[in-house]
Amino acid sequence: MDILELNNISKIYGSVKALQNVNLTVTQGEWVAIMGPSGSGKTTMMNIIGCMDRPSSGEIYLNSKNITRLSLADLTTIRRDTIGLVFQQFHLISYLTALENVMMAQYYHSIIDEAEAIQALARVGLSDRAQHLPRQLSGGEQQRVCIARALINYPQLILADEPTGNLDEVNEAVVLDLFKQLHDEGSTIIVVTHDPEVAEYAQKTIVLEHGRISKIM
Amino acid sequence: MFRKMVKGALVRQKSKFIMIAFTVALGISLATAMLNVMFDVGDKVNQELKAYGANMNIVPRGSSLLSDLYEVDENYDIQAGAEKFLKEEDLPKIKMIFWANNIVDFTPYLQIQVKIGQEKADLVGTWFEKNFKLPTGDEFSTGILPLKPWWDIDGQPGDDEILNKVMVGKELAEHFNLKPGDSFTVVTDRGERSLTVGSVFQSGGREDEQIYAPLQLVQNISGKEGLVQRVEVSALTTPENELARRAAQDPNSLSSLERDAWYCTAYISAIAYQIEEVIPEARVKAVWQVADSEGSILQKTQLLMLLLTFLILLCSALAISNLITASVMERSAEIGLMKAMGAGNISITLLILYEILIIAFSGGAIGYCAGIGFAQLIGHTVFASAVAVKGIVIPLIIILIMIITFLGSLPAIRILLSLRPSEVLHG
Repeated sequence: MDILELNNISKIYGSVKALQNVNLTVTQGEWVAIMGPSGSGKTTMMNIIGCMDRPSSGEIYLNSKNITRLSLADLTTIRRDTIGLVFQQFHLISYLTALENVMMAQYYHSIIDEAEAIQALARVGLSDRAQHLPRQLSGGEQQRVCIARALINYPQLILADEPTGNLDEVNEAVVLDLFKQLHDEGSTIIVVTHDPEVAEYAQKTIVLEHGRISKIM
Repeated sequence: MFRKMVKGALVRQKSKFIMIAFTVALGISLATAMLNVMFDVGDKVNQELKAYGANMNIVPRGSSLLSDLYEVDENYDIQAGAEKFLKEEDLPKIKMIFWANNIVDFTPYLQIQVKIGQEKADLVGTWFEKNFKLPTGDEFSTGILPLKPWWDIDGQPGDDEILNKVMVGKELAEHFNLKPGDSFTVVTDRGERSLTVGSVFQSGGREDEQIYAPLQLVQNISGKEGLVQRVEVSALTTPENELARRAAQDPNSLSSLERDAWYCTAYISAIAYQIEEVIPEARVKAVWQVADSEGSILQKTQLLMLLLTFLILLCSALAISNLITASVMERSAEIGLMKAMGAGNISITLLILYEILIIAFSGGAIGYCAGIGFAQLIGHTVFASAVAVKGIVIPLIIILIMIITFLGSLPAIRILLSLRPSEVLHG
């Protein structure tokens, strides 16, 4: 079953064509990597898939629902209910503990459940670091908190932007192992990366160049 | 979670929030001072203006009509034989009206003509400083000396108990070459009386050509025991408005609600009406030059205070606006993250406003206390007395804090509403 479908998606900023007639289908449980050099349109594509931006033309379907023309408020609701976001720079709230950062995603989704949040942290191997502030955690640990936060509301799609971009090799391996576990459990994962080693984990790799899909592997 | 987020934000950005609190405190302290002074300035300015004399004249009803019709001096027709008088025993009733506490001073007059040698002179009987007990049990002291504090007196002021000791106006004293301690004789139709000059005074007005004696002496000399011709009253009044002007023309033209509002406000017309109620034989006339000047000065002073308050708060709102905008810009990644997590614009706006309101009310509380201090400083510096702390200022300050916080937050709210997570989350 297709979870995501992009039909002839283009995004134009003034005279800059960030994406041109991009077509992509992602099925339930699939792991897709989006690769490409800087300026190839990776981030634009991620923003459109993550309901943080709208295409200039084309159509986008999420769970077979056309979300192309939805308002930003409706897209926020869909993002909250469907997508778990993982960022290269983690974006943890500095004055909240690891546990509270995870609970914040619950707070904006539905209701907070501390036990469930602790369970999510345990799943990424951080149950003993729950009360630590982000500055007291290593980069790898912060990224794992970020993943726990992305998972807490059981999203249908995990969207990760350069999840290992700020990590050393050891932590990169830990994070990729986590993604592998999630994939094995049936999660749909889209990873934006410029690292071929990360892309190797994916079942399908899309290479973007100048806003167009140049290769599908 | 909401509380933790608010607390965390307040702690993390404490230097910025301290600046916001300080700005609010500064604005609110000045606004508190201005508002307290503004609400109290009526009494203060009135007290100051009392130095310029009485603002009401009470005359017998008939003589008043004559003087109105022919535009002559009130004393003239009385002396000419109109024979209209007020009873001295009625005068304490002036302090028993609804606005009794606003009656600052009053003094009666009984004026006769006497001869000193072959020349005529005015001898005016009055209370110098009379103490009497009101039916309520309160004691009250009044008379010409507290009513006309600007009189420059050389010698001993008059005493209501020493009947033959008088105060002589400077011009008359120079004319007859009288000095404190001198004795002279006044002649009337009813005989002669020897008087002693207790003091010579200068008022700057027609009183300088008159002799002021205890009321009882003049009543004895003229045979008008227990009678007075007119009474000057100094009262604290509220500036006249349209309602008061209509009431002054005809109180019966007012609806019952309007009448209650007018009667229960210290308009000069309301006070005059109430005096006429307790002394039916009297007619009370406002000295409009004084009353209007008081009203005009008061209104201008209050307008000035209000404008200053508005400008101070505008400056505060602008300063707060800059600080809040800077705070929101600094937190753009955090706000973008909240939006990415599914937070709506309303919930983020409420979070930011809640934080700012906590800071603003903390600053406002400090500012209010400081403002009370400023108000006292202004009171003692300008009016040489304390400024009363008005309870009405507290709700006004709360409303003002909310208004400046909301106005100051508007640019920041506009920024956070337009902020897109995609613009701030990707590095």
